[in-house]
Amino acid sequence: MTDNALWPFEVEQHITAMSKYYAGKIGSRFYITLRDEGKIMAVKCPRCGKVYMPPRETCGPCFYNMKVDDMVEVGPEGVVETFTQVHYNEPVIPREAPFVYAVIKLDGADTGITHYLGDVDYENISIGMKVTPVLENERQGNILDIKHFKPV
Amino acid sequence: MKRNVAIVGGGQTHHAARRQDVSQPEMVNEAVLAALKDANMTMDDIDAVLLGNMEFFEGQHMTDCWLADSTGAFGKPGLKITTGGTVGATIIAAGAHHVASGLFDRVLCIGFEKQEEGDTNAILSGVAHPLFGRSMAGAAMGFFAMLGSSYMANFGATEEHSAMVAVKARQNARKNEYAHLKLNIKIEDVMNSRMLAYPIRMLDMCPASNGACAMVLADEKTAKDRCKKPVWLRAMETAHNEQFVLEWRDTSSTAPKFSDVAATRVYKKLGVKDPASYYDVFEIYEPATWAEILWYEDLHLCKKGEGFKLIEKGITEIDGSIPVNPSGGVLSTNCIGASAMLRIWEAALQIRGDAGGHQVPRDVHRALATGYGGTCWTVVTSLSDSLED
Repeated sequence: MTDNALWPFEVEQHITAMSKYYAGKIGSRFYITLRDEGKIMAVKCPRCGKVYMPPRETCGPCFYNMKVDDMVEVGPEGVVETFTQVHYNEPVIPREAPFVYAVIKLDGADTGITHYLGDVDYENISIGMKVTPVLENERQGNILDIKHFKPV
Repeated sequence: MKRNVAIVGGGQTHHAARRQDVSQPEMVNEAVLAALKDANMTMDDIDAVLLGNMEFFEGQHMTDCWLADSTGAFGKPGLKITTGGTVGATIIAAGAHHVASGLFDRVLCIGFEKQEEGDTNAILSGVAHPLFGRSMAGAAMGFFAMLGSSYMANFGATEEHSAMVAVKARQNARKNEYAHLKLNIKIEDVMNSRMLAYPIRMLDMCPASNGACAMVLADEKTAKDRCKKPVWLRAMETAHNEQFVLEWRDTSSTAPKFSDVAATRVYKKLGVKDPASYYDVFEIYEPATWAEILWYEDLHLCKKGEGFKLIEKGITEIDGSIPVNPSGGVLSTNCIGASAMLRIWEAALQIRGDAGGHQVPRDVHRALATGYGGTCWTVVTSLSDSLED
């Protein structure tokens, strides 16, 4: 038998892997506050004063563990730091192309969050533009409780 | 380093979108045999085997174990490394540390990826933060798109500048027999290619390649006794950063940036004042065109905000004064687990004068190679033909 006669044999494989992720103290407070009060909470490092959005557990530069009491409300308005319009669809993306997403620095935060922009023509988006979040009415406790950000 | 470490051999597969003629063990074995042949060694000469790839890109875990026969690792010590895009360079760093420490004299390092076999975009979404990032994740492209948007807005570069990088890479790849995308393209071809995520077009992005690279690292005695053209690993640096600190996605930010920090540490270690003249060639990790322009700045080859002028003036062409990625780079070949190792191997080939069709037309004594990972870590590796610098 020649090599050509062997080539190629393909074996289909499929794996479905479920997972869950516990949001922890800081993450849980973020989502509960967003879901129940419609407010966006960041966390401020008491040591260096940096305000992290999205909030995280430890300030990396200080290696300081932040607490729920260190959380502060930010926004709701913010500024577009950079953006793109996506022209392709991916199963993992919950939006149909073309859609716009951006890095948005909320007022009072020192770091930006990635989220979608909506209610705006792509041609009219610019870096430095003021935006405000549009919240879902029925909030589930996930990042898509913020539907998208729109121009102020 | 405690003991000097040299690259005494290496090899790679021909990289392609389809390698349906071989299994993963067969493909990895091609690179291993090429490296052993180049080093004039057999597996009996090898003390330990280090292997890495992007975890689960082929739908397989523990590749160090189930590839043990074809890598030659059977019965030998070794370990598996996965650090995303940088993995190939991290394997070399780990191999070098094992030799430098005195634990082993000869280490075989292997990086591979058979991208066509798995669902790389789905697996990449697992890189994003489960609470804040996964719903926005769409492979690596969106990241580079936002980087490009920010760069153009801040520094006055245009889409033509990124297209110049795309053309340079594929024209260089045509000189490299192992490269994947050997495209005879012009700037207008890039500008007319499909928009993926503004300003990233199809030809602004790397391909999904299948391929492997393997290298043999050795101590000074082995290198001097057995290798005609040892290439010395003079310094390596890694700097981590957390992916949701997006400051450096805003290209006007003055916050410390991982790639800049790692390069600065290497330069300090070696006393490099002017990297553009110290090094004769650069092999950098550029999965997208804009990444290359940013690397020029992070490696201090020009001032911040002036990277696009280097490509505009042809300075980084294969025959320019600062040749960058004569191999065609990651834009032409991206078998992820091998890509960062290929940067180091290609840099070593340039120093040996063995790069063939894409050998830069000048004497090469020193070269710098970089890696690049999805969540902001990097490995910068400095190579030389001499232990005196």
